[in-house]
Amino acid sequence: MNFDYSEEQQLLADSVRRFLQKDYDFESRRKIVASPEGWSERVWATFAEMGLTALPISPDYGGFGGGAVDLMSVMEAFGEALVVEPYLPTILAALAIAKAGNAQQKQAILPLVAQGKMRLALATGDRGVIGAPMAHKIVFAGKDGLLLVEPENLNPYRTVDDLAAADIRVDGKGERLDGRVFNEVFDLGAALSCAEAVGAMKFACDTTLEYLKTRRQFGVPIGAFQALQHRMVDMFISYEQAKSMACLACSRIDSSENAKDRARAVSAAKIKIADSARHISQESVQLHGGMGMSEELKVSHTFRRLTVLQRRFGDVDRHLERFASL
Amino acid sequence: MDLNYSPEELAFRDQVRAWLSANLPADLKDKAHLPKEELMRWHRILAKKGWVAPAWPKEWGGTGWNVVQRYIFEEELGYAGAPPIIPFGVTMCAAVLLAFGSEAQKKRFLPRIYNGDDFWCQGYSEPGSGSDLASLKTKAVRDGDHYIVTGQKIWTTLAHYADWIFCLVRTDPTVEKRQEGISFLLIDMKSPGVTVRPLMLMDGWHSVNEVFLDDVKVPAENLVHKENQGWTVAKYLLGYERMNTGRIGESKRELHKLKESFSEKMNDVRWRDRLTRLEVELMALEITNLRFLDRMRRTGQPPGADVSMLKIRGTEIQQALTELAMQAADPAAAETKALERRYLDMRKTTIYAGSNEIQRNIIAKMTLGL
Repeated sequence: MNFDYSEEQQLLADSVRRFLQKDYDFESRRKIVASPEGWSERVWATFAEMGLTALPISPDYGGFGGGAVDLMSVMEAFGEALVVEPYLPTILAALAIAKAGNAQQKQAILPLVAQGKMRLALATGDRGVIGAPMAHKIVFAGKDGLLLVEPENLNPYRTVDDLAAADIRVDGKGERLDGRVFNEVFDLGAALSCAEAVGAMKFACDTTLEYLKTRRQFGVPIGAFQALQHRMVDMFISYEQAKSMACLACSRIDSSENAKDRARAVSAAKIKIADSARHISQESVQLHGGMGMSEELKVSHTFRRLTVLQRRFGDVDRHLERFASL
Repeated sequence: MDLNYSPEELAFRDQVRAWLSANLPADLKDKAHLPKEELMRWHRILAKKGWVAPAWPKEWGGTGWNVVQRYIFEEELGYAGAPPIIPFGVTMCAAVLLAFGSEAQKKRFLPRIYNGDDFWCQGYSEPGSGSDLASLKTKAVRDGDHYIVTGQKIWTTLAHYADWIFCLVRTDPTVEKRQEGISFLLIDMKSPGVTVRPLMLMDGWHSVNEVFLDDVKVPAENLVHKENQGWTVAKYLLGYERMNTGRIGESKRELHKLKESFSEKMNDVRWRDRLTRLEVELMALEITNLRFLDRMRRTGQPPGADVSMLKIRGTEIQQALTELAMQAADPAAAETKALERRYLDMRKTTIYAGSNEIQRNIIAKMTLGL
């Protein structure tokens, strides 16, 4: 047993963090979100240069063949920085193609994804498809299996956490993907969204702690009050427990041959992280007082991201149900 | 990162598990509040096997296991429903002696602790000194080669079984900083002037006591570390205490029993969801605990103050399990009384070993810098 990232994982995580700190600070991100496209092609190109788009793709198609733990460190950093570029939709759809597509489909798509030249989205229905507006192709998971469709007839909008999304219309047209591997991809998405939430929670905790130390009322920093100290401690514990579960889910995805084991760990992580995300996001705003409500502070944006992440890839009730059934 | 046990760790676990299933007497399994003879029977079985004090240095009888192996062992003990190893001697007094004791003290006390010849209890809390431990008033006055000790201890767990008590006493009442006038003293419970009075708790068990010390003559050689530096010893010990209060193996067993005893309750979605959330919290705590152990293994450093979170969450889980059991059981049935008594008993867990509020203070100050 070990909890360390490998040297390569650590180097990658560090370089991702460095880039985000330098070029994806809150002000830069605000400009990206305010742009008509709502995402940055330049940032996407940097992700590709850093090897992130190639990370989970098989070496057969020009990738690095990374697993869930490799992606976890990236998603944690993305969560902290509230990245809006459609990284998770692209790699999940790519992995669905890698597992279910035929040789020709894989050859046509995966190398381009690895090079950062193709973006994808993954639709589990015709509504709320994250990343659809900037996708070159959409993997549509319908009742009859997986379909590769063109992003046409889109009704685009932004989600409450500033992601470009769209309702799509699929009228049966598209290329069929033969395999049925959707649960595996869904579980990976759920686990990685947990990692993203853990990153966002880390920021929420760090920034709230900083605020408690600097904000003065009644002549003292408000962090001197025990009522607030204990709430801060509970946030900290909530974060550590959530982080443990994200580690468990990602590690099980990489190591477990058994689908039930994997699903159990992922559902458990989703349950814990949904509860922690609600707890930490709500407390981070409350402890900031009125400033926590303000659009000007990143913590209110983190609040919105965490509010959505709680429910993405199945809300807590769905995972409670699944966990009990396994 | 790989959260699976390695093949070696799994083999170790299987070895422990097999030994427990062959050597844990059935009549000692899953028993709360065992009499002294029964506790010591189990202690001696482990001592004979060489497993009663895994954390000790090898020269004193430790096993040389690493932190993960020790964790596996403790978890298997809990999961098998084994009686607890009473911590006051093996875990606490021994840790102090190993770190601060003289060679003579180690030679005199450690083998007796190991073999179960001496039963120890802990003399910390006083009627006026609970969370504010440094305000303690029991005084020890030096008189030639003795101390004369006068005062009162309270909440002393299993003092009625104990041969010895380790005490925090005030040796200098004049210092301005109260922590600087405290010493760590070992007192023979058979000394004249020691009186133990039971304190019955709401669960109906006799497990804690008041200990009265009236002009008790204690040889000066029983002082551990230097005079007036007992607070250093006490702080060292508190860190040890917190690392071991998560009770994860025990909670896993309780959870398992809950699912078995109330299997029909699993169809009640409201109850089942509460149980699932608790199970998940326990899974998370187990991983968090392992992350602490992994950090200790890598850095070779003792745990930081943030280890208090294991005590906070572990005890909250212990309590929540008893609530779920009561909720599932028929409130009027005779057999429910045992569950209710356990519920009453478990209320102590968030109070003892530094209340959970004190643990939060510790994390706020030491870890978060508030």
